[in-house]
Amino acid sequence: SQRMLKQTLFNLLKKTLAKPGVKNIVLVEGVRTPFLLSGTTYADLMPHDLARAALQGLLHKTSLPKDAVDYIIYGTVIQEVKTSNVAREASLGAGFSDKIPSHTVTMACISSNVAMTTGVGLITAGQCDTIVAGGVEFMSDVPIRHSRKMRKTMLALNRAKTLGQRLSLIGSIRMAHLTPELPAVAEFSTAETMGHSADRLAAAFGVTRLEQDEFALRSHTLAKQAQDAGLLSDVISFKVPGRDTVAKDNGIRPSSMEQLAKLKPAFIKPHGTVTAANSSFLTDGASAVLIMSEEKALAMGYKPKAYLRDFVFVSQDPKDQLLLGPAYGTPKVLARAGLTMDDIDVFEFHEAFAGQIMANLKALDSDWFAQTYMGRKVKVGAPAMEKFNLWGGSLSLGHPFGATGCRLVTTVAHRLLKEGGQYGLVAACAAGGQGHAMVIEAYPQ
Amino acid sequence: MAGVRALGALSRITARRYVLSGISCRTFSVALAMSARTHVNYEVKEDVAVIRMNDPNSKVNTLSVRMQNEIIEVFNEVLANDAVQSAVLISSKPGCFIAGADINMIQACNTSEEVTKLSQEGQKMFERIEKSPKPIVAAINGSCLGGGLEFAIACQYRVATKSKKTVLGTPEVMLGLLPGAGGTQRLPKMVGIPGAFDMMLTGRNIKADKAKKMGLVHQLVDPLGPGLKSPEERTIEYLEEVAIQCARGIVHKKILLTKKKGMMQKVQDYVMGIAFVRQQIYKNVNGKVMKMSKGLYPAPLKIIESVKAGLEQGPDSGYLAEAQNFGKLAMTSESNALIGLYHGQVACKKNRFGVPERPVKNLAILGAGLMGAGIAQVTVDKGIHTVLKDTTVEGLSRGQQQVYKGLNDKIKKKAITSFERDSTLSSLTGQLDYSGFEKADMVIEAVFEDINIKHRVIKEVEAVIPPHCIFATNTSALPIKDIAAASMRPEKVIGMHYFSPVDKMQLLEIITTDKTSKDTTASAVAVGLKQGKVIIVVGDGPGFYTTRCLAPMLAEAVRVLQEGVNPKKLDALTTGFGFPVGAATLADEVGIDVAAHVAEDLGKAFGSRFGGGNVDVLKTMVERGFKGRKSGKGCYVYTPGLKSKDVNPDIDDLLEKFKLTPNPSVSSDSDVQYRLVSRFVNEAVMCLQEGILNGPVEGDIGAVFGLGFPPCLGGPFRFVDTFGADKLVAKMRRYEEVYGNHFTPCQLLLDHAKDSNKRFHK
Repeated sequence: SQRMLKQTLFNLLKKTLAKPGVKNIVLVEGVRTPFLLSGTTYADLMPHDLARAALQGLLHKTSLPKDAVDYIIYGTVIQEVKTSNVAREASLGAGFSDKIPSHTVTMACISSNVAMTTGVGLITAGQCDTIVAGGVEFMSDVPIRHSRKMRKTMLALNRAKTLGQRLSLIGSIRMAHLTPELPAVAEFSTAETMGHSADRLAAAFGVTRLEQDEFALRSHTLAKQAQDAGLLSDVISFKVPGRDTVAKDNGIRPSSMEQLAKLKPAFIKPHGTVTAANSSFLTDGASAVLIMSEEKALAMGYKPKAYLRDFVFVSQDPKDQLLLGPAYGTPKVLARAGLTMDDIDVFEFHEAFAGQIMANLKALDSDWFAQTYMGRKVKVGAPAMEKFNLWGGSLSLGHPFGATGCRLVTTVAHRLLKEGGQYGLVAACAAGGQGHAMVIEAYPQ
Repeated sequence: MAGVRALGALSRITARRYVLSGISCRTFSVALAMSARTHVNYEVKEDVAVIRMNDPNSKVNTLSVRMQNEIIEVFNEVLANDAVQSAVLISSKPGCFIAGADINMIQACNTSEEVTKLSQEGQKMFERIEKSPKPIVAAINGSCLGGGLEFAIACQYRVATKSKKTVLGTPEVMLGLLPGAGGTQRLPKMVGIPGAFDMMLTGRNIKADKAKKMGLVHQLVDPLGPGLKSPEERTIEYLEEVAIQCARGIVHKKILLTKKKGMMQKVQDYVMGIAFVRQQIYKNVNGKVMKMSKGLYPAPLKIIESVKAGLEQGPDSGYLAEAQNFGKLAMTSESNALIGLYHGQVACKKNRFGVPERPVKNLAILGAGLMGAGIAQVTVDKGIHTVLKDTTVEGLSRGQQQVYKGLNDKIKKKAITSFERDSTLSSLTGQLDYSGFEKADMVIEAVFEDINIKHRVIKEVEAVIPPHCIFATNTSALPIKDIAAASMRPEKVIGMHYFSPVDKMQLLEIITTDKTSKDTTASAVAVGLKQGKVIIVVGDGPGFYTTRCLAPMLAEAVRVLQEGVNPKKLDALTTGFGFPVGAATLADEVGIDVAAHVAEDLGKAFGSRFGGGNVDVLKTMVERGFKGRKSGKGCYVYTPGLKSKDVNPDIDDLLEKFKLTPNPSVSSDSDVQYRLVSRFVNEAVMCLQEGILNGPVEGDIGAVFGLGFPPCLGGPFRFVDTFGADKLVAKMRRYEEVYGNHFTPCQLLLDHAKDSNKRFHK
């Protein structure tokens, strides 16, 4: 009977991950603009326009007074040089009080995760109560630079005093000066593009082309179902200046295995397995969440959607383990929260590539990998697929690098509400060989 | 003296291949010939036979008799198996496809006919592979060299991993041989005549991506990182999977073996089709080879001859020429010498003093000069935290820049990335004080060559280093025991004589005193090996081994100059004998001041025997500022940016003052050469006699890799064996009559002269 008692106590304790002396932090609301293929309807905007749209959407949805926010943090990856602190430009443009400080963070594909956890940190430290965090990425226009040689000449031209000096500088310009520098989705440390690394990762874990295509098809199919069923309630509609109003993600394209099989490998030719169809595509989009201390949220009359609980950031070899963040982060965050894989009801993993997801799942399910690379005695196991990314993922919904993190967290909260689960887990990989994982707990309804 | 630059053929002897399976292994394999296969097996995966090679007795695969027999056996079975339509040839060893032929197989032959027969057997085997009705895909991961490459290019298709360990090449020329299993015939067709000559005449290693560009391999596979198996294991598996796809692709005509030729290719083929053009190429290549080798190395010429025979007279003549030339080369003294050096080099890459008690993780270098910074450069990229200390900011930043430049140049050669450079440099600390020395496991001092400065330094250092720390001194001539005299712990003091430029010169001469502990030696050797050095460990004494051998030769060179031979002529005579660098240039490179210093020091230590030229010649040169390359003037005038150099016009005047009348009986070109060489060789033999040297192998390696002794002669000891001690003594006696004790042969050399059965090398 004592064992019974222990078990009951344990079950009771399991109900909440609240820790004594630690503030409860809640997600009040989360929104995002529709995620669009880059070069489509958003093509003529600037990044802060998208972020502004998300912020306004959040204001609208929460009826939050414009001066009730203590701090605004945004994540982004490819920075527009004119708006390098895009958080500030967007918040001013969205009509927030100009008294609210805002800053921009970057950590590749988990930039908005950093925005959120920075907010969590500020609340935990007692510095703030109300935080807006978000992320934005705008791939329709990226900074393409003059070559270093050309830039050097142009800067020298600025300083040139006489006409003779100017003419001689202009005369020194050669064809090679005119070659532009394009930003590449490649690691600085290894010069390897991410798709190439993903293909190698898939091969290392023996993930077949068929498995990848199946997973990609699953993602698109589930996303379509979710979209049709109106489950993607975080999406706000956005009247694009000079264009139509957009209200839906436009990258969701459920296809057939036959169609998918036709594609040629995009990175490793001719024998690679990663194709355009089983990779996430270049996306424009922005997201925003409202994070508050529980007391403050309740005081302001909000009904929170979820608790943001333990989180971890992980880092590993950017060459051979570039995209294994979820495999490293998941066991770590579960251990912090004192949970097991079975305790999790909702999984939302960032789908950079189908091959990357499958590789992470295989890594999580391998004792050998756990022992050899993670210093664990046994594996934590792979998530059950019936709990995994059920409303689609980055492969189908799109992946605006800086904005995906908030989408994942909001989706977990919405799915917990919809499915009645208790715990959710977010995990994502990022360039630089980094990763993030966070446990989210349903708010008692 | 630490300034010897060896060029040309010498620097090419970097082979780390051709590992031997040994006599015992061969008898072992004969005994088992009838039983189950041990080296080669195969598995049929649907319609593809995967043939796996794995020599159970060695870290690498070699084309030994056993390996060849089993390959033929398996090949026959694969051909007979109707279920099989194609095959993949792969090695189960990570980092090695086939490292080459088994040298012992060649060395066991007594006549050139036997070797020719070996070559013909190899040719026959690869001809069968080439004509196989079932396509064979060679899946290459790791070294694919010599016979291994010849095997691969006989296959219908080649897939290679992009691993750093994957290298393709025909290094036979470095052993005085030629690719004797069809290589000289197939390569020109595959990569074009110029490309084939480049490969076969330089013997250089070609990395996978270059090989793809040259048309040596068809497809590349990326090495994989961690997955559900170790990266090495999974990479081989992946390579196999891709190779199987290729094999099926060929069978199903999805991959065409005859590629459509591009415009450039068509033009090239047309040009090469013109007999006149080909003749020009042969002539041109021949000329280059003669210029580089001075006709001292027969292998390159035979390679050209074999290629020419095949292209001009058809395959039958070509293959015959290849086999016969291979047989001839195998019997040459040059090949014997080069193979000897190869074995010696392998031996000098081992630590015969065992594993040191504690590995060196923190190394401090005193003095950021050319040597100090050079040592830092070869250390910092080996995972050892390196402190570079100097006394001035200028000296230090010059040294740091040298290390940076050394690494940066590697980026230009695409050997490393800029990121790797940065992370490597993060292990280098430049400083002016002794902070952090309490963590040092070893200190190498490379300060000025002055016993008083060295004593001051050793005292300063010993006050700050932990008890286990080793103190190594990089000196080229000062006896280590004299330096150690200032030490409180002489068992921790050792000499580490590096050669300049440190990042290019392979030799490290380690000097132990009778007080140096075995663990100290083991540790110094371990560090040297990590730095990628070929190491000889010698006893203490003035000039140790290398400097001591060089000094009498340089003394003789000065005398030759005094006798009216000009520096250009002196250089021509020495390079004509096989030295990669002429004696006058060598003196300039070493530094005339250093040479003068050493000549004086060693002259004092060894007396009149070390005489010859007048030391004042060198001293006067130094006084007049002719310190060699570093001062812009020495025997030659050096103009920055210019490669050619003219004789220093002032040197004639100077030599005129010290003019000696040559004795015509010992002044022919040949006599001058032997006067120079015999003094070198006699001193080397004396070092062995006195126990400075551990054995003739280290003596040969030290002379060739440190001083540029002619590689084609294999080192002073092999030279005595080949040339004949009696003949050498006879020559020396003749010179002795004229010049006295400078040419008195040492006892050990006399012993060998008396008894022709006595040999330094078996």
